[in-house]
Amino acid sequence: MDWEALSLSLRLGLFTILVLLPVGIAVGRWLAFHDFPGKSAIEATAALPLVLPPTVLGYYLLVAFGAASPIGQLWHSAFDRPLVFTFEGLLLASIIFNVPFAVQPIQRGFEAIPREVREAAICCGMTPWKALRTVEIPIAWPGILTGLVLSFSHTLGEFGIVLMVGGSIPTETRTIAIAIYDRVQAFDDRGAATMSALLLGFSLVSIALTFAFSRRIGRRLDRS
Amino acid sequence: MANRISDPLFFLSALFAGLLSVAAAGLPATAATATVAAASDLRFALAEIADNFTARTGHAVRLTFGSSGNFSRQIRQGAPFDLFFSADENYVLGLARDGLTRGTGALYAVGQIVIFVPEGSPLQPDGSLNDLRHALEGGRLRKFAIANPEHAPYGKRAEEALRHEGLWAAIQSRLVLGENVSQAAQFAVSGSTDGGIIAYSLVLSPRMARRGRYALIPEALHSPLRQRVVLLKNAGLAAERLYDFLRTVPAKSILERYGFVLPDSGG
Repeated sequence: MDWEALSLSLRLGLFTILVLLPVGIAVGRWLAFHDFPGKSAIEATAALPLVLPPTVLGYYLLVAFGAASPIGQLWHSAFDRPLVFTFEGLLLASIIFNVPFAVQPIQRGFEAIPREVREAAICCGMTPWKALRTVEIPIAWPGILTGLVLSFSHTLGEFGIVLMVGGSIPTETRTIAIAIYDRVQAFDDRGAATMSALLLGFSLVSIALTFAFSRRIGRRLDRS
Repeated sequence: MANRISDPLFFLSALFAGLLSVAAAGLPATAATATVAAASDLRFALAEIADNFTARTGHAVRLTFGSSGNFSRQIRQGAPFDLFFSADENYVLGLARDGLTRGTGALYAVGQIVIFVPEGSPLQPDGSLNDLRHALEGGRLRKFAIANPEHAPYGKRAEEALRHEGLWAAIQSRLVLGENVSQAAQFAVSGSTDGGIIAYSLVLSPRMARRGRYALIPEALHSPLRQRVVLLKNAGLAAERLYDFLRTVPAKSILERYGFVLPDSGG
């Protein structure tokens, strides 16, 4: 049981949803409330990581952020560490790769808010922030939570990207998924089995939670 | 409407950038830790050496195992390793030529390959590969594991040995490629292959020894596996000490126990 790897994965998931919470709400809300030419293109772009093979994204991240790239070199001179093969690089990859898992459920959550309720908030003279806090989020929260749960559990399962951009460095980029791969190669069947069972259990719990929250999207309004 | 969108978005982008920078400050590797990239044939030997080293000096060692070719590529892309153990010295020499290392490092061992057959396999552990030839000709071979010759030195030597014996063309459709020699060994042991050509150092580990039989493949059948270790540009104190530790008797005896042939001179 590689506790360091588990801790690393949990931290990666946590930071990913910390960033995707505001980003997901901003983008999901914007897509839910506005219709404009090119909206489908934006939605498709946000959904791209769903169908993109992780190694493809990993490849492009290496090209865009690797040591040879301008961004990579800028980062290196600023922080004295490369962007790839570090926790920060993994976090960046994780954020990009989880955009659809965060944005889509949150968008559904905000779409469930009836137009009249939003218009009433505007008529009351609420600022967008107040409307968001007091009117929209109380209705959209199941979608927001679904997005966070999905993003978190998806982060724990990431493999292809982590392998390409991470480098399997213990306490830095060796996530629990990579650790399982490593244990198998080390002929440590027990370690691999323990961690696999743990991840299986965790995935079951998170998918059950996701379904439970999804059922609640829009439900609160039906009661009145 | 446009004004209402732009303010929250700006704020949120700033928050995003802030969080990413905070994460960046997170986990620095200190000079007290050596971050090591090592060829997979060292999986068991180097783990022992590292434990020994940590017990003596208190320095922590972070080990990552994989194929030498893969690490060479990662190092070129800026991977933050301090020390690189390559199963093929050409990777080290290439990095040195491109100014990514401190000198050309040192030859620490010469590796050997074996044919390994798991329990219950129809193959015999025959280092001359004649038994393999008979199995192939008789159509009795299911799957055979080697490391990927493109970036794993042990895979390349396996290919050379198979070519030397005129078996390469015939065995193509039966080959299963491991990403590194450790994965090839895992394939060979798993029972879903009839065996494989892997590293001697891996079969000498107790974890593999009881799961099958092996035979050394004569060095005449392939080019030598000259293994080189080198300190990378930004290596810290712990890595430098580990590099020196390799020259000591305890480290050398561990390498010998795992079947590595030690060079006579310093390299």
